[in-house]
Amino acid sequence: MPHATASIVFFLLVSAVLVLGFTASRWQSGGGDLGHIEEWGLGGRRFGTWVSWFLIGGDAYTAYTFIAIPALMFGAGALGFFAMPYTVLIYPILYVVFPRLWRVAKAKGYITGPEFVRGRYGNRWLALAIGGTGILATMPYIALQLIGMQTIIGALGLPGHVPLIAAFAVLAAFTWTAGLRAPAMISIVKDLLIYITVIAAIVVIPSELGGFSTIFAKVPAQKLLLATPPPSSAGAYSGYATLALGSAMALFLYPHTMTGILSAAGPRVIKRNAVLLPAYSLLLGLLALMGFMALAAGVRSMPQFADGFAKYGANYAVPALLLNAFPGWFVGVAFGAIAIGALVPAAIMAIASANIFTRDIWTQFIHSPSHKGETLVAKIFAIFMVVGAVAFILAIPSAYAVQLQLLGGMWIIQTFPAVILSVFTRAFNGWALLAGWVVGIASATWLAAENHFTGAIWAFHILGYTLPSYIALATVLLNTAVAAVLSPVFHAIADDRGQDETTEADYA
Amino acid sequence: MIRILLFLIFVLALAVPFFNRAAPALFGFPFFYWYQILVVPVGSLLIYVVYRVEDHGEAE
Repeated sequence: MPHATASIVFFLLVSAVLVLGFTASRWQSGGGDLGHIEEWGLGGRRFGTWVSWFLIGGDAYTAYTFIAIPALMFGAGALGFFAMPYTVLIYPILYVVFPRLWRVAKAKGYITGPEFVRGRYGNRWLALAIGGTGILATMPYIALQLIGMQTIIGALGLPGHVPLIAAFAVLAAFTWTAGLRAPAMISIVKDLLIYITVIAAIVVIPSELGGFSTIFAKVPAQKLLLATPPPSSAGAYSGYATLALGSAMALFLYPHTMTGILSAAGPRVIKRNAVLLPAYSLLLGLLALMGFMALAAGVRSMPQFADGFAKYGANYAVPALLLNAFPGWFVGVAFGAIAIGALVPAAIMAIASANIFTRDIWTQFIHSPSHKGETLVAKIFAIFMVVGAVAFILAIPSAYAVQLQLLGGMWIIQTFPAVILSVFTRAFNGWALLAGWVVGIASATWLAAENHFTGAIWAFHILGYTLPSYIALATVLLNTAVAAVLSPVFHAIADDRGQDETTEADYA
Repeated sequence: MIRILLFLIFVLALAVPFFNRAAPALFGFPFFYWYQILVVPVGSLLIYVVYRVEDHGEAE
């Protein structure tokens, strides 16, 4: 085994955390009924400011992010730094939108975003579209977490798929018994390890490489800044800005992030977290720069890493940098942090999808079970999501997971008008929102296909001016315009404004 | 209308033509990088100000 010490530390850390997952079932339960889906799937809405901080942080900043963003910096340069404005802009959105959504969800017992939409419009088909989008967008996202973990296991030189399957089998088991409390508890360990790793890396590696000025000096000029746009084009500028804004609008629409927020104990917990969570964005910014450190260290041309780069591409940049810079035991800690960083969001994604499947598909269209039956349906679907993701990764080349994830971001943002705008207005008609959703999904998929599912940006030509835009942002604007134009028309034919089960008092 | 500060975060974070430059550098970081990293705590601080102004000590 080439990295014995690192592998042993890695194995001990991951095992300890998996054991911890099983102890979580009664943690912060306050004596609630664990057979109820609000307990299993939402932790009883009881998490305070600090648990929510770890949980949402561990949920939104995933292992894949920690590998892919530095990899993008390593490969494409400055463009990868869009992660900074992206993860800055999610917080004003969180602050303005989610305290209201939390209140109405609490008042009406909603545990998912689509449930709110159904209550608001009395339209289970619209809720089905929103919920289905969430589950479909989440599937490749879980798969990417596995890819993140696979890269780490591969970098340790451990053989085959056995460690990956074992870790996710245990994950499925504690998700079954402890529900959302398991990832909540694990996220505390995971985040502390990640902070330790990044702070150590940011102190040690630059001093080994001769300081930040030397690192930036070694980055090729075309990677250091965005290309200046040619005349009559917004060029890389609008691509960068729309990528940041569109990603920020999409983030909290994903089922796993929605679940993380709705599990908070109240609106003030959410508001305080809008102030405190940016600490993770700072962390991500420093991590992103590890892509440049990998460039400066020249890991790509080192013979011992040739195999890794051949196998994992730019995703191997951070693992190679850590292997090159640190002693074995610390590599074990760092890799353990990244691997555990895959388990936390994967568990929350499975639980969140299961909540949607149960509340918005099963009980609405198939069978309406008791409280206990509801939780059982959710648990079974959560296992299905985890097993499905593992099977997907083992059967299909990882490039497809990356492409599907790209598409998933463009799909999930199409739920923005129905979920986010509906928190503030009931001017839309439910069927008009559904029509907008169809137009948004279709146009986004079409443009992504024109890009061969590899590019997220499309150059729009408007009156001789070229305006490159993140496809997700352009198509959700079209979606919203369609919904806004059709709403008065549909209201005139069949007004659904009487079908709102929420009142203004539920939001305030 | 303290929430105008939240809008300011969008302006700071999306002013790409303004911050896409290397000079002035700070601690070896080109402007593009240190500016965008600095926007993170500034954004957090602006949200904190809005929170303090709006919060009236209601329940969690």
